[in-house]
Amino acid sequence: MKSAAFDYVRAGSVAEAIARLAADPFGTKLLAGGQSLLPALNLRLSAPALLVDIARLPELAGITLTGTTLRIGAGCTHASLLTAPEIARHAPLIAEALAHVAHPAIRSRGTLGGSLANADPAAELPAVMLALDATMIIEGPSGTRHIKATDFFTGMFETALAADEILIALEIPIRTQRSGFAELARRHGDYAIIGLAATMTADATRLAFFAGGPTAQLAQRAAGALGTGPLNHERIAAACTALAQDLPAHDDPEASASMRLHLARVLLRRVITPWINPSIRTPITA
Amino acid sequence: MSFTDPDRPSRQIGRALPRSASRRLAQGRGRFASDITLPRMVHAAFVRSPHAHAELGAIALDAARAMPGIVGVFDAAAIDPWCTPWVGTLTHLAGLKSAPQYPLARGRVRFHGEPVAMVLATSRAEAEDAAEQITVDYQPLPPVVDALAALAPDAVPIHPELGDNLAFERRIEAGDIAAAMAMADEIITLDFDFARHTGVTLEPRAVVADWNEGEQRLTVHAGTQVPHMLQDIYALHFGLAAHQVRVLAPDVGGSFGIKIHIYPDEMAAIAASRALRRPVRFVADRLESFIGDIHARGHQVRAQIGVTRAGDITFFDVDDLTGIGPYSAYPRTSAVEANQVINLIGGPYAVANYRARARVVFQTKAMMSQYRAVGHPIATTVTEALVDAAARRIGVDPVTLRRRNLIADDAYPCQSASGMRFEALSHHGCLEKLHAMMGYDALRAEQAALRARGVRRGIGIASFIEITNPGAAFYGVGGAHISAQEGATIRLDAAGHVVLQAGVTEQGQGTETILAQIAAEALGLAPEQVLVRLGDTDSTPYGGGTWASRGAGVGGEAAWQAAHALRGQLLTLAASLLQADPSRLDLRNGQITDDDGTARMALADLARIAHFRPDTLPPGIVPELAATRHHVPRDYPFAFTNGVQGSLVEIDTETGFITLLRHWVVEDCGTIINPLLVDEQIRGGVVQGLGAALFEACRYDAEGQMTNATMADYLVPMAAEMPDIEIGHVCTPTAETALGAKGAGEAGTAAAAAAVLNAVNDALAPDAALLTALPLTPARVLAALGVIG
Ligand SMILES: Cc1cc2nc3c(=O)[nH]c(=O)nc-3n(C[C@H](O)[C@H](O)[C@H](O)COP(=O)(O)OP(=O)(O)OC[C@H]3O[C@@H](n4cnc5c(N)ncnc54)[C@H](O)[C@@H]3O)c2cc1C
Repeated sequence: MKSAAFDYVRAGSVAEAIARLAADPFGTKLLAGGQSLLPALNLRLSAPALLVDIARLPELAGITLTGTTLRIGAGCTHASLLTAPEIARHAPLIAEALAHVAHPAIRSRGTLGGSLANADPAAELPAVMLALDATMIIEGPSGTRHIKATDFFTGMFETALAADEILIALEIPIRTQRSGFAELARRHGDYAIIGLAATMTADATRLAFFAGGPTAQLAQRAAGALGTGPLNHERIAAACTALAQDLPAHDDPEASASMRLHLARVLLRRVITPWINPSIRTPITA
Repeated sequence: MSFTDPDRPSRQIGRALPRSASRRLAQGRGRFASDITLPRMVHAAFVRSPHAHAELGAIALDAARAMPGIVGVFDAAAIDPWCTPWVGTLTHLAGLKSAPQYPLARGRVRFHGEPVAMVLATSRAEAEDAAEQITVDYQPLPPVVDALAALAPDAVPIHPELGDNLAFERRIEAGDIAAAMAMADEIITLDFDFARHTGVTLEPRAVVADWNEGEQRLTVHAGTQVPHMLQDIYALHFGLAAHQVRVLAPDVGGSFGIKIHIYPDEMAAIAASRALRRPVRFVADRLESFIGDIHARGHQVRAQIGVTRAGDITFFDVDDLTGIGPYSAYPRTSAVEANQVINLIGGPYAVANYRARARVVFQTKAMMSQYRAVGHPIATTVTEALVDAAARRIGVDPVTLRRRNLIADDAYPCQSASGMRFEALSHHGCLEKLHAMMGYDALRAEQAALRARGVRRGIGIASFIEITNPGAAFYGVGGAHISAQEGATIRLDAAGHVVLQAGVTEQGQGTETILAQIAAEALGLAPEQVLVRLGDTDSTPYGGGTWASRGAGVGGEAAWQAAHALRGQLLTLAASLLQADPSRLDLRNGQITDDDGTARMALADLARIAHFRPDTLPPGIVPELAATRHHVPRDYPFAFTNGVQGSLVEIDTETGFITLLRHWVVEDCGTIINPLLVDEQIRGGVVQGLGAALFEACRYDAEGQMTNATMADYLVPMAAEMPDIEIGHVCTPTAETALGAKGAGEAGTAAAAAAVLNAVNDALAPDAALLTALPLTPARVLAALGVIG
């Protein structure tokens, strides 16, 4: 299929891109890596009049470390994050998850910002942002906003971004924590049937499931059941039980709701159980 | 002539040469039908039915006509004067019925994706823009989705004039089933379900049609396996003489049987070229491929095996049901697959008692027809799963049961209970070789040790037979103009190289390379000195094309015979110049030599004299330096091949995920012309079979809509999930040809899924779980284990 005709401009700055968006918010789309947007255009699921290319904007580039905050530009490609030393050192969960995102050709164009703005319910990175307690930095005609990841993903392919706003970067607090990731996908690189990105600090566990409902979400009750003291098998079993209240019943041709809940429990056990033993090395970042 | 002597002079047959086209394709110099651009060419896009079954009301075309770049807009009424309808029946499939099919739907639509209207524009994008403007009134009719429901007495007949939805039924009864049942100590019944899948060629279907009003000729560049068949059909349905039609097959990006059928959208696009007197290109996009290409498989089979406690299989009894969409495909029909399923079941075994029924029904889904290894994976999976179930029931190892029941290697010629005639097969030789390659006993020991630790590994074996090199029995006797013979024309050029033209075609399997090897061996040339030209009905000898694993065995033999005839001419001519005895001369390394290899004269010199100094030849000698030969298999209806596959899997019983650890194949395709290409055919075939085992399924909802018509949702097998595939050979050449080659293109696909299914059931035997539905999804594994409801 061929997309419907559209105009194309490469924005020279974030300000220009915002001005373009503000001029016709519903007829204009930002183009980052194009790995989700262009297939959608070709399937004629969307027919914007104008594409504003933000892929080369310097304001969206780069990774910076300030104090205990890691800032990642929305324009960073998946491939660049997979090999960035700052990510490996301070947020290895991102690289661990990215190894499951699509294939090398797609990762060399697809961007972090594009993936988060797209908010596919089965995408890995939104869950990773929930697990890492990230903050989204957004710019629009009325200035800059900061939104917590927990408030950013509002529904299936829906976020807190307004039609005239751009995701500029995100900030991750660097903490002493363990992290773990697992997903079940039919083939390597496919969107998962169910997946889990998890972190654990001295006083909080964040269990972010994806592909389990309309949006990536934190399993609050399961995390509560794990508690904060030393881990043990009983607590993990309690968390697995509690998971039934966290995950919405979600049926699709790949898995019924009961199968999905079963698999979510398997992942939860597999990711968390090694953390019972403090001597087993899992990523601890600070 | 023996092709097994590795030290013979001029050895080319048996060499592992890479495909001659690889460099060109890697350099981006491939030329596919979808690359061909002609002056004034327009592009076709289609309005396709969103309904599985509906009465067609008014079609409003005017808004589309007003769109930019539009050159023509057609519905059935506008296209029908240019093309006559076709019916996919053949007389040897007794009782097969189908209805006339038209390029664009008339009156009713009968599957989701059926073309309803066509737009021609100066670009495909403009054609799609205009197609969006066409509105169609549909009055939905009840969809007929499930094959069994299509046979219910109250089912809506899809073609009222045909009465019911049963397109074809065939029964076989051989031996004495009642006695065999009485003799069996155990009778096991299994119900199988095989999903529909489709070919997913890398290059979708593509035609560029060019009606030349001045020449009164139609030229069609088609991504096809069958240029001469298309020439005949285009002539028939466009009202032309065959010589007014030229079909060219340029590079073809994969086919697997998808590109041997007549498709309504292609016929419409070609008709439009005539109507508009302009070249028309139609290239299916991925969505159109999923809903418009033929689908394959899609069977429900109830099957029984009887076995004695001593381990003798006493009978097979099967009932196969398959749904083929609303029409039988043209011109090969959609009954061959089911026919082949019941012809092949039980085929490797010495079991005389056999009962089978095949029913082929219409339904309102995409059409189903021949795809790589037609019927074989169904037959092999049913047979081999039953054999394994019997082995488990009587408590013997599956290899032991096969050793006891496979037809003995010295029992040939013989025939199967279903009447298939076997010239010479090697089931036991293949099984023993596989057993050794796998390290079977060590694998069993490892499996037991791992089982004790809760790891579920399984080992699966699947013996198979494969139909190759069909004679006219396949299609010709039923009235189809599909040639079973192949021709090859070879000629010497003025520099002493040769040009070989043949009717078989190339879709990436290396046909050009093996034909060059064959001619080079006969003529003492290097393969690079043989220029192979295929895929042009104006210049190649008549042939059936490439399907049913016939390229090497039938097309290769024609090339061998033609090259041999040219060799005779060259030696005679050389003998007259050298005043030698032609029977004492040979062709080696581009030289005319004595039979001990002493060079007497360069072939280039002979060519030079023949072309430029004929005045120096002895009087009366007029060199021809060209030969055409044809070959058709006649001793046997098919050259059966055989083999066996092995699979090692590990199952995660918590998640239901299956990991393919290793896969082995031993097969017997007779003389191996190019071991590299044979092994790659087998590997590629295995991968398609593994796709069927684990991943591929065309999903339909209750309304008859295909719901996974994208590459994201239809799961093809990909490299990361594939195991290493080790291949071994046993070599039993056919005595019917000088070359002795049989086919190898479908062997991999035939038994891969069967081996995996057996491995999975072997792994889950301690859990008393049994799977009989493909693909083996995590959901099915978990359900079989009772983990989920
Ligand atoms: C075959 C294939 C497999 C894939 N598999 C996976 C997978 O397994 N997991 C996974 O997570 N993803 C997968 N993807 C998607 C991939 O990760 C995309 O790269 C990603 O979803 C979108 O990033 P992009 O930069 O390409 O965005 P684009 O496609 O350019 O844009 C996507 C959307 O986000 C908007 N957007 C982009 N950047 C911004 C911004 N800075 N601010 C506001 N809005 C913005 C665009 O307007 C558009 O609506 C796959 C893609 C393909 C083609």
